[in-house]
Amino acid sequence: MVEYVIIGNSAAAVGAVEGIRQRDNTGNITVISEEPYYAYSRPLISYLLAGTADDRKMAYRDAGFYKDNGVLLLLGVRAVSIDTVGKQVILSNGKMVAYDKLLIATGGKPFVLPMKGGDKKGIYTFIKRDDAEQLKSVAKCGTKAVVIGGGLIGLKAAEGLVKCGVDVTVVELADRILSTILDEQAAVMVQEVLEEHGINVILNDTVTEVIGDDGVSGVILKSGQSIECDMVITAIGVRPNTDVVANTDISINRGIKTDDHMCTNIEDVYAAGDVAEAYDIVYEDQRVTPIWPNAYMQGEIAGRNMAGDDAVFDSGFARNSIAFFGLPMITAGIIKPVGDDYEAVSTVQPEKMIYKKAVFKGNRLVGFIRLTDIDRAGILTGLIKDKVDISPFKDKLLDKDFGFVYMPKSYRKERLLGVKRK
Amino acid sequence: MISYVLPEFLVMRDENRCIQCQVCVRQCANDVHYLDEKDGKVKADDAKCVNCQRCVTFCPTHALTIIPNPQEFKANANWTKKAITEVQKQAESGAVILTSMGNPQEYPIYWDKIVLNASQVTNPSIDPLREPMELKTYLGRKPDKLEFDEKGRLITKLTPQLVLNVPIMFSAMSFGSISLNACESLARAATELGIYYNTGEGGLHSSLYRYGKNTIAQVASGRFGVHANYLNAGAALEIKIGQGAKPGIGGHLPGEKVGAEVSATRMIPEGSDAISPAPHHDIYSIEDLRQLIYALKEATNYTKPVSVKIAAVHNVAAIASGIARAGADIIAIDGFRGGTGAAPLRIRDNVGIPIEMAIAAVDTRLKEEGIRHQVSVVAAGSIRNSADIIKAIALGADAVYIATSALIAIGCHMCQKCNTGKCNWGIATQDPQLVKRLNPNIGARRLVNLVTAWEHEIKEMLGGMGINSIESLRGNREMLRGVGLTQKELDILGIKAAGE
Amino acid sequence: MKRVYALEEYCVGCRLCEINCIVAHSQSKDIIWAFKVEEPRPLPGILVEEARPISFGLQCRHCDDAVCIKSCITGAMHRDERDTVVCDTDKCVGCWTCIMACPYGAIKANENDGKVVSKCDLCPDLSQPACVSHCPNEALIYVDRG
Repeated sequence: MVEYVIIGNSAAAVGAVEGIRQRDNTGNITVISEEPYYAYSRPLISYLLAGTADDRKMAYRDAGFYKDNGVLLLLGVRAVSIDTVGKQVILSNGKMVAYDKLLIATGGKPFVLPMKGGDKKGIYTFIKRDDAEQLKSVAKCGTKAVVIGGGLIGLKAAEGLVKCGVDVTVVELADRILSTILDEQAAVMVQEVLEEHGINVILNDTVTEVIGDDGVSGVILKSGQSIECDMVITAIGVRPNTDVVANTDISINRGIKTDDHMCTNIEDVYAAGDVAEAYDIVYEDQRVTPIWPNAYMQGEIAGRNMAGDDAVFDSGFARNSIAFFGLPMITAGIIKPVGDDYEAVSTVQPEKMIYKKAVFKGNRLVGFIRLTDIDRAGILTGLIKDKVDISPFKDKLLDKDFGFVYMPKSYRKERLLGVKRK
Repeated sequence: MISYVLPEFLVMRDENRCIQCQVCVRQCANDVHYLDEKDGKVKADDAKCVNCQRCVTFCPTHALTIIPNPQEFKANANWTKKAITEVQKQAESGAVILTSMGNPQEYPIYWDKIVLNASQVTNPSIDPLREPMELKTYLGRKPDKLEFDEKGRLITKLTPQLVLNVPIMFSAMSFGSISLNACESLARAATELGIYYNTGEGGLHSSLYRYGKNTIAQVASGRFGVHANYLNAGAALEIKIGQGAKPGIGGHLPGEKVGAEVSATRMIPEGSDAISPAPHHDIYSIEDLRQLIYALKEATNYTKPVSVKIAAVHNVAAIASGIARAGADIIAIDGFRGGTGAAPLRIRDNVGIPIEMAIAAVDTRLKEEGIRHQVSVVAAGSIRNSADIIKAIALGADAVYIATSALIAIGCHMCQKCNTGKCNWGIATQDPQLVKRLNPNIGARRLVNLVTAWEHEIKEMLGGMGINSIESLRGNREMLRGVGLTQKELDILGIKAAGE
Repeated sequence: MKRVYALEEYCVGCRLCEINCIVAHSQSKDIIWAFKVEEPRPLPGILVEEARPISFGLQCRHCDDAVCIKSCITGAMHRDERDTVVCDTDKCVGCWTCIMACPYGAIKANENDGKVVSKCDLCPDLSQPACVSHCPNEALIYVDRG
C-alpha cells in the first residue's frame, strides 16, 4: 500500500487528494498542515474581514472530506524538513512521517519589507485566516489603516477594512494599482472606484518607516509624506514558502522546480501550488503562478501522477477574477505586452466602466482584460489555454456577443457536439 | 404617394398574457413585431402581417390572435372589398398582381357534392382491421392482353411500372420554389411510405440522389437541371406541359432565390432568373410530344415510365387521348385549384377547369377509345383529404398527386405569399435563416403521419363499400352519387344523383 | 452521461429554450406567473448564440474534466450524484472565477438573487431538460455521447 504524504492543506493539497483518489482508493494519505483548520478558501479571507463569509462559506470542502477520502490529517504541526534519502518528513514535534510519494504544497508566504519600525505592534499581513481574524478584531469603525501594496491582496484587505468603517490609505510603489493584472487604462478606472468608496491611493511611493511608540501611530513614505494610522498591513507580495526544502537536494529557483508532471528533481517528490514553479504556456517559461485554480490543477495532476498516472500539466498561466465594490474584472495571461511580437486591441466605455483588451502573439490570444463586462470571459481563457488559432475571428473577440458562433464551424462542432475534426 | 390599401389583418395581443419574450419578434420575417425600446413592450405593424401564424403558433403564452381587418367598404355585392383592394394595388404598382398557392375563389367544389356508397345487408362491408385490404397501385402502361407459354409462364413483356403502397404521390415542387429541407422532407417521406415525390422543374440536388428510387424526375420547358444522371436518377420521368394554377403560362424563379445550391442544381448562373417558357419550344403537336417522350425513354433505356403532366383545360379529354397515343405511360392532370409558388392572380383565379370534371371526362374518353389500359391517370389539384382521393379514384383516376396538403402537413399556413420568398415556415424560401426552420426529420415524420392516416381512412371507406382492393374502385362510378348537381354536371361526372 | 446537444442546422433562434428554462426554474412553473409576477426571475441556464443565419443553444457541457469545479475558490461548484455539474448557491460568493474558467461561457453571473452564479442543472425534476422538451424544431437533443 502506497503511503502518500502531502505537506500543506489548501487548494493544491485538496487537488492532490482528489487526484490520488481518482486512481488509488486504498493508499494511505497523510496531510500535514501548520494551520489548525480544515482546508478553507483562502481568497475568502477578505469576505471574512468584511463580514460576508461565515464558517460554512469558508470551508473549501464538506466536513466529511478527509474521512471520506481516508486522509490522516495532522493539523497544527509544521513540516520542518525532508529526508529524501530515507523518504521521510521531519515534523516540528520531532516526529517523522515516512512517505512513498510526497507532495510539497506549502503555498506562499508574505514578503516582509525591511523597514524601520517594522517590529511594532499593529503591523499585519493578509494571507491566512488568522490574519483576517486578527485584523477584524482591530478594524474598528473610525480607525485608520495604511496598506502597503496595491496588488490583489492589498486591495482586498483595503476593501474589507473600508467595509468595517476603517479609513484606508493604500501605498503602491508602482505607477498603477494591480499592476500584475491590469494595464494603465484599467487601473485608472478601478482606482476611481476605490477612491469613490473612500480609499486613498498613493502611487509611486512606499513606506520607509513605521512610527509609534510600542504600537503603530503612523508611517513615513519615501517621498517624505507622513500618514497617521492605527495599523499597517503589508501586502507587497508573496513568495514561495520553500522553507521545508532548505538544506535538501530538491532544486529551487524562485519556487520549487517541477517538470510537466509536477515532479521535482527528486523522484517521488512533487510540488504544486504557490510554492511550485511550473511551465507557463503564455510566457513559455517556468514560473510561479500563485493563483487558486492553478494550485488545484497542479495538485490534482501531481496527485494523479503520484498514484501512477501519466498526467501532464499544460494549463499554467495567470488568470484572475476579482471584484472591488461590485466592479468585476477578469484578466488573464499577458495584459501589458512588451516587444514587437505582440499586438493589442482594446475598447473602452468609461460611462459604463467597461474596458476590454485582447493581446495577441501571432495568431494566438495570449492575454485579455475584461472590466465590468465579464460575461463569457471563460471562452477567451479557453482560447488561451487551447492555443487556438484566432485569426478567423480576431476582429470579433471584443464584441459583446462574441462566442462560438463566430468560430469556424468545424471547431465549433468539435467543442459543442464532441465531433472530432477530420 | 400614400397607399390606399388597408392592412389585411390586425394583430391582437393580449397584454395580460404577453410576457414580452419577443419570440414573435424573432420569428417574423416580415418584421411585423418589434420591441419598442421606449416602454419595453412588444408591438406590431399590422400592415406587414400576412397571417402566416408563425407568431401565433410560437407564442408561448398564446397571447396572439390574427384577425381579418374588420374595416369594410360600403356594402356592395359587386364591388367587394377584394375587388376594390385589387384595383388599389394595381393603381399603385402598375403591375400584374402576383400570388401563390391554389385558386381560392368560390367555384363549386365538386368533391363536396359527391357522396360515397356503403354496403348494407347485401354485399356485406369489410372490416379492414380483420381482413386484408389492398391499396397497392401500379402506374404505367398495361398490355392489351397477357400471353403465357405452355408451362403457364408469362411471355408478354411488361413495360416498367411505378409501384405505390398507397395511391398517393407528392406532386411536383421544385428546389427553388421550395427549400431543400422541404424537398428532403418529401423525399424521405416518400421513401418511407413506398410512394413517390416529384422534383418539379428544379433538378435534383446532389444530396437527394439517395432517394432516387422514390423520385419522379421532371422535365419542363426550361429544362433546368436536366442531364443524363438526373434522368436516370429517378424511378420515372415526367414531362411537364402545364400546371393547374397557371395553365398556358410558364414559370419564373426570381434571381434572388437562385443561390449557390439552386444554381448548381439547375445549372444556371447564381442570381440569374430562371424562366420557364410557356410552351416547350420543341413541342407544337402530339407528334412533337411523342418525340420527347421517346427521347427520354431512349435516354433511360426504356427502364422508366414517362408521365406527361397537363393542366385541366377545356379539351382535356381529347388532349389526354393524344398524350396516351403519343406513348406516355402516365397522364397527370392538374385541376384549376392546384397550387403554385408564384402565379399571376388573374390566371390562377380564372383559367382552367375543376379536376373532378377533368378526371371523369378523361377516363370516359379513354375508355370509349379503348385505350384506358395504355395509360395511368393521376389526379392533381387540391386533394384535401382521403375522401377526395376515394372520389377521384372512383371517377377514374389511378392515383392522386398531393402538394398543398403535403405542404400544410409540414407547416404551410396558406398565407399565399410563397412568391415573396419570406416563408416563415421554411418551405417556400431560400433564405438560410428561414430554411432551417423546417427540420426534415419533423417534416418527413409529419408527411408519413398524414399519408398513414389517410391510408387508414381509405381502407375504412373501401371496406364500407364492400371493396377490398383499390383497383376495384377505379372508375367505379356506381359508388358515387351527386348532391345538388345539374343533370349536365352529373352527366359529365358520369354519376347518378343521390337517390337514383 | 446524457447531455444536451444543439443542432445548429435546425435552430430557429426563437429562444423558447431560454424562456422555458426560466419557467422550469421558477417557483410556480407557470409561464405567466414566472414572467409577470415572480421576483426575482431566474436566469436561463441556456443561452442562444446567434449571428444570422447561424444560431444554437448553448449551456453547461457538464464536462468530465470540469475546470469550473477545479477553479472554484469556495468548493460551491461540484458534481452531484447524477454527475451533473451544479453550484451550491449557499456556498457561492459570486467571485466569478468559474466565469473566468468556463471555456464555453456557459456560466452566468446572477445579481438578481443574491450574488451567485447561474447555470444549467439539466432539470433534475424532469424526464428531460425543459429546453429540449420545448424546442419547437428538435434542434436540441438529449443523448448520451459519452
